[in-house]
Amino acid sequence: MAGSCLEEVWRRHAGEALATLIRLTGDFDLAEEGLQEAFAAAAVAWNEAPPANPRAWLIAVGRRRAVDQIRRRIALRARQEVLASEAEIDRQSAPIEPDDDEVAFGDDDLLRLIFTCCHPALGLEAQVALTLRTVCALPTAAVARAFLVAEETMAQRLVRAKAKIRAAAIPYRTPAREVLDERVEGVLAVIYLVFTEAYAGDPRRSLAREAIDLGRRLATLLPGRGPIMGLLSLMLLHEARRPARFDAAGDIVLLEDQDRGLWNRTDIAEGLALVEPALKAESPPSPYAIQAAIAALHDQASSAAATDWRQIVALYSVLMRIHPSPVIELNHAAALAMVDGPLEALQRVDALAARGALAGYDVLPAVRADLLRRLGRAEAAAAAYREALAQTRHEPERRLFLRRIAEMGRMA
Amino acid sequence: MHYLLMIYDDENMAMSETENQAILAEYEAFTQSIVQSGHFKAADRLRPTSTATTVRVRDGKTFSTDGPFAETREQLGGYYLVEARDLDEAVGIAARIPSAKLGSIEVRPIWAMNA
Repeated sequence: MAGSCLEEVWRRHAGEALATLIRLTGDFDLAEEGLQEAFAAAAVAWNEAPPANPRAWLIAVGRRRAVDQIRRRIALRARQEVLASEAEIDRQSAPIEPDDDEVAFGDDDLLRLIFTCCHPALGLEAQVALTLRTVCALPTAAVARAFLVAEETMAQRLVRAKAKIRAAAIPYRTPAREVLDERVEGVLAVIYLVFTEAYAGDPRRSLAREAIDLGRRLATLLPGRGPIMGLLSLMLLHEARRPARFDAAGDIVLLEDQDRGLWNRTDIAEGLALVEPALKAESPPSPYAIQAAIAALHDQASSAAATDWRQIVALYSVLMRIHPSPVIELNHAAALAMVDGPLEALQRVDALAARGALAGYDVLPAVRADLLRRLGRAEAAAAAYREALAQTRHEPERRLFLRRIAEMGRMA
Repeated sequence: MHYLLMIYDDENMAMSETENQAILAEYEAFTQSIVQSGHFKAADRLRPTSTATTVRVRDGKTFSTDGPFAETREQLGGYYLVEARDLDEAVGIAARIPSAKLGSIEVRPIWAMNA
């Protein structure tokens, strides 16, 4: 089997196979090692005859390797304990034949894995790292790169997270009905963080696609839930604009200047189809669903001027009522500028800045700078862009702010 | 009167295997001595703070966070030792402690003595 083909199998099945192996072995590391070895074996074995069900093959071989691994620990542990582990793995599982057509438990295991990785007893950074490493099967180096930390730092973070799962007995289970909503919120927060990190950063990153893929899988596993459909829709409707969001030099092109012909129509169609079901799934609607509705209005408009800004302002007002937050207030003010003009918006943004709730958030000075620029107050705008420049962590944004500062210098 | 004797130390302190064994032997001897003198009620060794989870209940919702994050204005005011299947069950019990609504409950696993 060709390398690219194997890679495709890995992308499609690694998360599920790992999830099942973790359940069978009760141990993240043992499961990961088993899967790695199974995959290495696949590179050789599949050359002759690829199996009908690659996932079942990986699970069967991975499980055998995990048991081998336990056997190798015999020297360190009492033999009885080892036999108990083996018996436990066998007890929990029906026999798996590498050529089985169906492995029924794959989906449940994946859901368990997602909830374990996104457990609130782990720090948010650890949740994100663990989800990308295990559910999305990204290499540690790739996860480290995405979050701008050294590979050793990320490896350590993963080791600590897995140690806590073991020591504190974080369960490998789908949460009980009475806490499921809360726990789903936690999972969505992780997915959204992965997405926004990718959105603001390097244009070449594929993390946004990982986040969307996670959203799709979660929507399939837990159907009919407003927040899940809402977030998936929101991500698709934003990601659709990626081809137009950066120019050939990798610089940011703002929404109003984007070539809308470049927008990904497939993403938009998938996102739009989810907006209504997401809004109608519960009352009041999930904040993600409302944000998706706002993104939908942008994606359906033929130009910035033709956008239904009144409707967008109204949706932000709803959002402020059901989910008050200074970030939403800032977005509301920015949209209001398109209806009532930049001066009215500037007063609101200044009031927001005076409250200090968004101190250190680079979007606030960036929005302020933009309003000042549109009011022709070049010097004040330049000062605000400099403030935004000092606070951003992302290279494309840095370049955008630098460009604006230069423009303001010419205007003044 | 019953008294809770709380042990504070630096969990990151580097110790050689010999030093470690010596301290464990000292603990063993101390425990035996207060068992014999009739003072002993219960004792456990806690796992490090990296395994801790802090539970708070606000507006009827349970918030779990990684780590021991007691506010500096909160002081240790009591404890429960419970048997639970896993962390979720332990957090569920912790959330029912009345003080979870006002302060915070730190959930820390205990070293099993045969481990």
